[in-house]
Amino acid sequence: MSTNEMTGAEIFVKSLMEENVDYIFGYPGGAVIGVYDALHDMSHIKHILTRHEQGAVHAAEGYSKATGKVGVVLVTSGPGATNTVTGIADAHMDSVPLVVFTGQVATHLIGNDAFQEADIIGITRSITKHNFLVKDVKQLAWTIKAAFHIASTGRPGPVVVDMPKDVMASTTPFMYPKEVKLRGYHPFYFGHMGQINKAVEIINASRKPVLYVGGGVINSNASKELFNLAKKLNAPVAMTLMGLGAYPAGDELSMGMLGMHGTWYSNVAVDQCDCLIAIGSRFDDRVTGNPAMFSPNSKKIHIDIDPSAISKNVKVDVPIVGDVRHVLERLIPLVNPLDTKDWLAQIEEWRGEHPLRYENGEEIRAQYVIEKIYEITKGEAVITTDVGQNQMWAAQFYGYKNPRSNITSGGLGTMGFSFPAAIGAAFGVEDRPVFSINGDGGIQMNIQEMATAAGNKLPLKIVILNNGYLGMVRQWQDLFYKKRYSHVTLGNNPDFVKLAESFGATGFVTDKTDMVVPILKEAMKIKDRPVLMDFRTIREDNVYPMIPGGGTVAQMLDYPKSVKELKLSKAHSEGAK
Amino acid sequence: MKKHTISILVENKFGALNRIVGLFSARGYNIDSISVGTSEDDSVARVTIVSKGDDDVIEQIIKQLNKLIDVTKVMDLTYDSYVERELVLVKVAANRNTRSELMQISEIFRSKIIDISPRSITIEATGSEQKVDALIKMLDPFGIKEIARTGRVALKREFEGAV
Repeated sequence: MSTNEMTGAEIFVKSLMEENVDYIFGYPGGAVIGVYDALHDMSHIKHILTRHEQGAVHAAEGYSKATGKVGVVLVTSGPGATNTVTGIADAHMDSVPLVVFTGQVATHLIGNDAFQEADIIGITRSITKHNFLVKDVKQLAWTIKAAFHIASTGRPGPVVVDMPKDVMASTTPFMYPKEVKLRGYHPFYFGHMGQINKAVEIINASRKPVLYVGGGVINSNASKELFNLAKKLNAPVAMTLMGLGAYPAGDELSMGMLGMHGTWYSNVAVDQCDCLIAIGSRFDDRVTGNPAMFSPNSKKIHIDIDPSAISKNVKVDVPIVGDVRHVLERLIPLVNPLDTKDWLAQIEEWRGEHPLRYENGEEIRAQYVIEKIYEITKGEAVITTDVGQNQMWAAQFYGYKNPRSNITSGGLGTMGFSFPAAIGAAFGVEDRPVFSINGDGGIQMNIQEMATAAGNKLPLKIVILNNGYLGMVRQWQDLFYKKRYSHVTLGNNPDFVKLAESFGATGFVTDKTDMVVPILKEAMKIKDRPVLMDFRTIREDNVYPMIPGGGTVAQMLDYPKSVKELKLSKAHSEGAK
Repeated sequence: MKKHTISILVENKFGALNRIVGLFSARGYNIDSISVGTSEDDSVARVTIVSKGDDDVIEQIIKQLNKLIDVTKVMDLTYDSYVERELVLVKVAANRNTRSELMQISEIFRSKIIDISPRSITIEATGSEQKVDALIKMLDPFGIKEIARTGRVALKREFEGAV
C-alpha cells in the first residue's frame, strides 16, 4: 500500500476537510459504521448527533441559511436515508445548499432487498438538485467535489451522495480535484446586457415602481445592492416570506411582506404599480393568488438565476437570467432616480388606513409576543419559525434588520422545521441570539431534539405560541368550512416546562400578557442551556390581512375593526401558573 | 396543442434516462413517445421525446430538462427543419387467401416481411408517424395480433430549404 492509499471512509473525511466543513449533522448506523470510525479521531470537523435524521437535515438547513455555507448531513442506509426525505425536499423548495451523505448496503447486495436497503437515489431524484451513487472508491473524491460544487453554485440546492459500505472500505490513492467539469451544468451569472438595457428603459419611465424581493437576494448576498437600488429609485420594497431580512424592515421604503398574509399596503401597491421588479423571487402562488389577476397594470421585470423560474406562473416583459448581485451591480448605474413622491404618499395613506395591528389585553396575543421579542433583541436576532400562524405572525411583527436572520420553511411548509433549524443556526451564529418560534403542534414534531440542544448547552430561546390548536388549519376551517373544527384540537399537550427540565433545559409558562416581557428578559440572561417559553395565547385568533387561496387583492380580508367582532375565546390557561 | 419533437443529449450513465422520465411524470407533462439510444458519442445518449403541450408548457419542459445536470443539450426540433422516422413491427393474421394482398400492401409502404407462418406474417416498416399510422390502418381489417413501435427518432436537417 502506497503511503497515499486511503480507504473510502478516510477519503470522505479528507474531502470534507478540503471543503472546509466545520459541522456534520448526522446519525450513525450499520452502513456508515466505517465512516464513523474514520470520523472518531477527527477534531477539525465537529459531528453533531441529533436524535432523528429529519432533525439532522433541518439543522443543516438552519446552519446553511444562517451562515451561507453548505450544510452537511451524514446518515445510514435504509431508514436513516428515508428519514432525511422531508428535509431534503424542504431544502430543494427553498434553494438551500446541502450535501446529504447516505450510507448504502454493499454494492453486491444492492437490489437484493438487503437489511436496511432503500433506493434513496430513486426516492430523492425529484427532490434534489442532483444525486450520485458512488460505485467505485476511485470516483469518491471527484463525486464529493462535484456534490459541493453543484449544491453551492447557480440556484443552490440539496445533493445526495449515496455511499455503499464496501466502496467506503476499499482503498485508492487520495487526490482531491481542484475543480470539476460537468458538461451539462453551466450556471449563468451575468445578466444579458441587452435585457438589462430593456429593463432600464421600463424602470426609467416608471412613476409607480415596486421592488418585489425574494430569497434569491439573500442567497446571492445582494442586500447592499438591493438597498442601493431602492434608494436610488425611491422605490418601495415588498418582500416575500423568504425575502424578509433582505431589506431592513424599519426603513421607510419597506412595505414588509406581500402575499396571502402580507401587509395590506404592499399587496395594494403591487396591484396598482406600473413597474414590478421581481428580484430573486418566483411568483409563488402564496404571493400571486390568482396569477391572471396579479399586478395587472405593471410592466414586469424578473431577475433570477434559474431560467425555469421565469414566466413559469406569470408572464414577464423582461426576464434577466443571472445572479441577482451581478445583475444589480450592472443595473444600478444605468437607472435614473425616479420621482415617486406621489406614489410613496399614496402608499403611506394605505398604510395609515390599513396598518398591521392587533388589540392587546390581559390575555396573551401571539403578535404581542413577537413584537416584544423584536424589541428585546432590537431586530438583530436569528429567528427560525415553523409553519402556520406562528410563522405568519413572526413574518409580520418581527422587523428583520439583516439578511440570514429569518429562517423558515417557505416552499414546502414543513412542520417541525423551526426547532432543529434553530439548533443548526446556533452552531453557525455565536454572536447573536437565536429564537425558535413554534406552535404547540409543530414543536412536538421534532421535540426529541431537546436532547441535542440541551446536550450541546445551546443558549436557544424556544418560544411556543400555545393556543391548543393547529391554528392555521383551524383558521381555514373557521373562515371556509363553517367553523367545523375537524381534528385540530391538541388536547393532550405535555407540560412543556417539565419537559424542558427533564432534558436539562429551563422552562417558563404564562398566560398573562404582563408576564411576557419579564420571562423574555429572564430567558435572555440564561447563556448555558436552552430556555423554553410556553406562552398560552388566546385560542382562536386569525392571521390578517388574508387573501384567500387563489384570490385577488379585491378579496383581501383585513383585521376586523373591533375586538368584539373577533369573538375571542378564553385564553388557553389550563395548567398555567 | 401541438406535438413537439424534443431531442435531448444526456450523459450515457446509470439512471440518467430515469431523471428525464421522472421529470415528465413529476411535473405532469405527457410523453407521446420516447426513444433512447447512444449518439455519435459513446458517452452520450440521444433521447427523442414527442410531447403534446401549449407553447408555455413546452417552454417549461425544455427549461426543466436543461436544469438536469446530466442533460448536455436540449433541442425542440418542431419549428426547425428536421427528418424523423419511426420503426414498427406488425404481426398480422394471414392465410392462403389474404397473404398476397398483405404482401402488396407491404410493398406499397416499402416495408419488409420479416417473419412468416401459416397463420401470420410480420411486417417491418419505417417512416414518419403518419406513414406508420396509415400502414396500421390498412392492416387492421386483416386482424392485427401484435404491434411494436419504437417511437420517433429525429435529427435536425443540415440544409434548410433550397441550397
